[in-house]
Formats: sequence, structure tokens, C-alpha cells
Amino acid sequence: MNKVLIIAEHDGSRLNPATNKCVRCAHDLGESDITVVVFAAEPAAIAAEAAKIDRVQTVLTVAHSAHAPLLSANVAPQVAAMASPYTHIFGPSTTFGKDLMPRVAALLDAAQVSDIMAVESARCFKRPIYAGNAIVTVEVEPGAPVIATVRTASFEAAATTESSAAIESISPEVTLPQHTRFVSMSAARSDRPDLQTANRVVSGGRALGSAENFQILYSLADKLGAAVGASRAAVDAGYAANDMQVGQTGKIIAPELYLAFGISGAIQHLTGIKDARTIVAINKDAEAPIFEVADYGLVGDLFQIVPELETLLSAN
Amino acid sequence: MKRILVPIKRVVDYNVRIRVKPDGTGVVTDGVKMSINPFDEIALEEALRIKEQGHAEEVVAVTIGGNDCQQQLRTALAMGADRALHVLCDEVIEPLVAAKILLKLIEKEAPILAILGKQAIDDDCNQTGQMLAALWDRPQATFASKVEIAGESVRVTREVDAGLETLEIDLPAVITTDLRLNEPRYVKLPDIMKAKKKPLDVIDPVSLGVTVTQRIKATHYAPPAARSKGVMVKDTAELVTALRSKGLV
Repeated sequence: MNKVLIIAEHDGSRLNPATNKCVRCAHDLGESDITVVVFAAEPAAIAAEAAKIDRVQTVLTVAHSAHAPLLSANVAPQVAAMASPYTHIFGPSTTFGKDLMPRVAALLDAAQVSDIMAVESARCFKRPIYAGNAIVTVEVEPGAPVIATVRTASFEAAATTESSAAIESISPEVTLPQHTRFVSMSAARSDRPDLQTANRVVSGGRALGSAENFQILYSLADKLGAAVGASRAAVDAGYAANDMQVGQTGKIIAPELYLAFGISGAIQHLTGIKDARTIVAINKDAEAPIFEVADYGLVGDLFQIVPELETLLSAN
Repeated sequence: MKRILVPIKRVVDYNVRIRVKPDGTGVVTDGVKMSINPFDEIALEEALRIKEQGHAEEVVAVTIGGNDCQQQLRTALAMGADRALHVLCDEVIEPLVAAKILLKLIEKEAPILAILGKQAIDDDCNQTGQMLAALWDRPQATFASKVEIAGESVRVTREVDAGLETLEIDLPAVITTDLRLNEPRYVKLPDIMKAKKKPLDVIDPVSLGVTVTQRIKATHYAPPAARSKGVMVKDTAELVTALRSKGLV
């Protein structure tokens, strides 16, 4: 039987849904004993959330003031110290997991599978390469632990249950390094849903023309309860913040509805949205590549269409 | 000497349209334009700027791979690297092996920084920098969008999912670069001529005591599942009707 350890991602108080997706990926491994570990200054509430995820048997908590916020330099040696019983160690393919998991793998002298998008067997996985332009099937050598990141856009979140897994507190015997210090975090906080996990996303490209013009998308997004994203071109032009970038070098997302305004559809952008359930493209260029992947396409001027959409959506 | 090590990887150029071989054994690389991995080019640019600001005295570019990789090392030298190291090796190099080789070079070169691209645009692993930091037992600051050297430490702003995080890490350290850290300089013709005279040492990985093993085997390559082309609607009203009928709005 597989013994799977999943490193919980959280913001200090709430569990990040990326963790549920790692659990869902672990379900596909076959018969498995799944443990989630929460490193935090105050892990209780986060652990209680993790304990409700379907098929999680155990939640381990490691309470330490050094884990607010989480730093890979502190977390990695602790994960390595507790790794020996596990056949698989998973983290999400978010900036948190991407930063942490290779540091864990190297400490265990193990290779890592990045961005699992499908599980073929307990040691065999599919993952995207070349910005998603090819999918490779990889097999991890026998005997070694499988250290991996899970591409969150490829998996549904595991269900939550009424029953709760056992929660145990542990303290791995590790001297934490002093060489890495947190200074600050600047987040463009908003009341809108988180781009990575939103069901609906409204996104704009270079055609918006300015940061001021981007406001019309915020207004539409608020009507829809949607998050707002942007193409790399729009971010590079300064119309939108870096953390709004959707695409290969930004966020890979899988919303139910993706509305792309004035985005031409460079391959790097399409990589970030190809798991969206429904893609709607609005562009004045009828030849824009985005129309090749859109479920619904509309050729026209976004500055006319966005207000029209808002009005029509307000009516009943 | 205050030295910065910049590992670079030869990859299929950013602009090449990737095609999977019909027999599923890999992607087509014959006759395809090859370049320095764009994130590594940003890493080299950052190292050169740190040197120009007087915080370092020497920038050493290093690559691991076959003979053809020397083209990319020459480009790195033309950009401004002072010398280059070529670990000559024709096998598949996994990130963990690359990190072990780089660690051996670090033990010889004793740099204050190793700056790497956050990922290579071929295998998209995003592992080598973090693995190197772990093996070296030094701090890491990944996905950097701003780097400021301050004495014995460095302040790095990182592009993370929630926004921008700033860390302070002690030197020596590993930094991996994100896209917006800088814009790499263009190489001028006289620099290409000068680069030909700069030192480029070839190193046998066996002499470093690193065994090249492959722990993850690629068994099959396939093109991604294509999305089917949808329908074009004529106006906003038709679009809203369509989305409503699907329960999407």
C-alpha cells in the first residue's frame, strides 16, 4: 500500500484549496494511506480543515513560530526528517510547492516529478513539457520515494466529509537555519475571488490600452463574481499587476468560465487556460488565435461589448 | 575574489513551434534553432549588473551538455561573462544530477551567488536552483523580480502567487530568476569577437566524482489534447443567451 504525505499550503489561517487537489491526485494512486502535514505557527484551525478532506487518514501538525510565514529553508529539512515511512510526498504546483519540493527532494537524494497532470500508476505519471506543447509520460525508478508537485488545474478538489481524520502534533528534531529571513509581503488584496481558484475569470489583454481602461473589466467581474486576470502583454505594458498574469509564466487556471477580452491568444497564454471548462473570446481581430480554442467567439470592439454585457447581465 | 556562478542551459528557442515525433519518442530537435534558456539569460544579465555595480568581480558561466552547448557559452561570454566552464556530457541530465555537478564546481569556485533561471523552457522542471541550495546547505530565493545586495546579505523580492514577497538571505546563496527581473542586453559584434578569446574550460564530470544516473524515465511523448473549435456568435445578446442556456452566468 502507498503511504502518501501531502504538505499543506495555507496563508496562516486557512487551508489553500491546492491542498485538496493534491489529495485528489493521491486518490488516483490506488490503495493509499494519506497523511497531510501542516507547518504553521498556529496550525489547529488549518488542521481541522485538512482533517475533513475525503480519505485523509491522519493530519500531522508542526507548530513553530518560524512557520509564520512558511519558508522553504525551514520547512524542507523538517519534511526530510519525517519522510522515511512515506512512499510518496506531494506538494502543489503553486509558487509555494515549486519552491519547497525540490529542496525536500534534494535532501532525500531523490528526483522529483514536477506538475503531475495525470496518474497512470503509483510510479507513472503524465506531465506537461515545452509550455504544455507536449505531454510526457514518466516512470520513477523502483525503490525511491516519489517526490512530486501536483498541477492543481488538472485535478478537482477532493470532497470534504463530515467525519474527521485524527490530528496529531509532532515536532521533528531539526535545527532550523538562520540564513533566511522574511521581510515583507505586498499583496494586491481585493474583495474579488482569488484568480487561482475562481469559478469565473474575466481577463484582459494589450487591447485594453491602459490601466484606467482595465477598470471596465473590474466592473464586469464584480457583476459576475469573477476574478480578474491579464495576459503577459497587458502586465508588461503596466495595465495590470504581475500577480494577475495568466499563462505559462504566470498562473495556470481552470475556471468554469473564462472571458478573454482583447487577448490575441499567444501559445504561452493558451497554456494557462486550456483546462478552463468554457472559454469566451472577444477580439476585434477575427484572425486572432484565441478563436481557435474558444467555445464562444465574438468579433467586435470590447469597449462597446463590455458595457453591453454588463447591462444584459443586470437584466433579470 | 567575489564571484557569481551562472549556470545556463541550451534549449529549443522560445519561438520554435514544438512538434512531437510521430513515434512518441520525443520532440523534434533536429535542425531546430537552439538558444540560451531565456530565464538563464535573465540570470546572466543580473549577474553582470551586480558586477557592474561593484558587488562582484567575476561572472562565470557554466553549462552541462554535449559539444554544441559551447555555442551558448560563447554567447554568454559575448554578453559579458568573464569565463566559461563546460561540463561535457552527452547523457540526459536530470535536475538533481545538474545540482550535484554544480555543487562540485561551487566547491572549487566559492562564489558569493549562484543565479539560475527559475526553469528551463524545455522540461519545465523548475528544480535545479532549489536542489542546489539544499545540497549546498545555503539559502534560496526563487522567482526573483528584484535583487539588492547589502553587504553580507541580499534582499530579494519574489513573485509568488499571492503577490510580492521580500526575503533577506545571507550570502552565499542561490537565486532563481523570474521574467520581470530585467531585460537582457543585446550582444554586439565586437563583443562576439572578444568572446572568442575568453577562457572556456572543458570539464569531465567523472573528474568531479559525480555519477550521471537517470532516475525518472520518459516512456512516451504525445501532443496535448486539442480543444475543439467552438462557435462564433454575432452579437452580445446572442453570447449572453448562449451562456445563460449553459448555466454559466
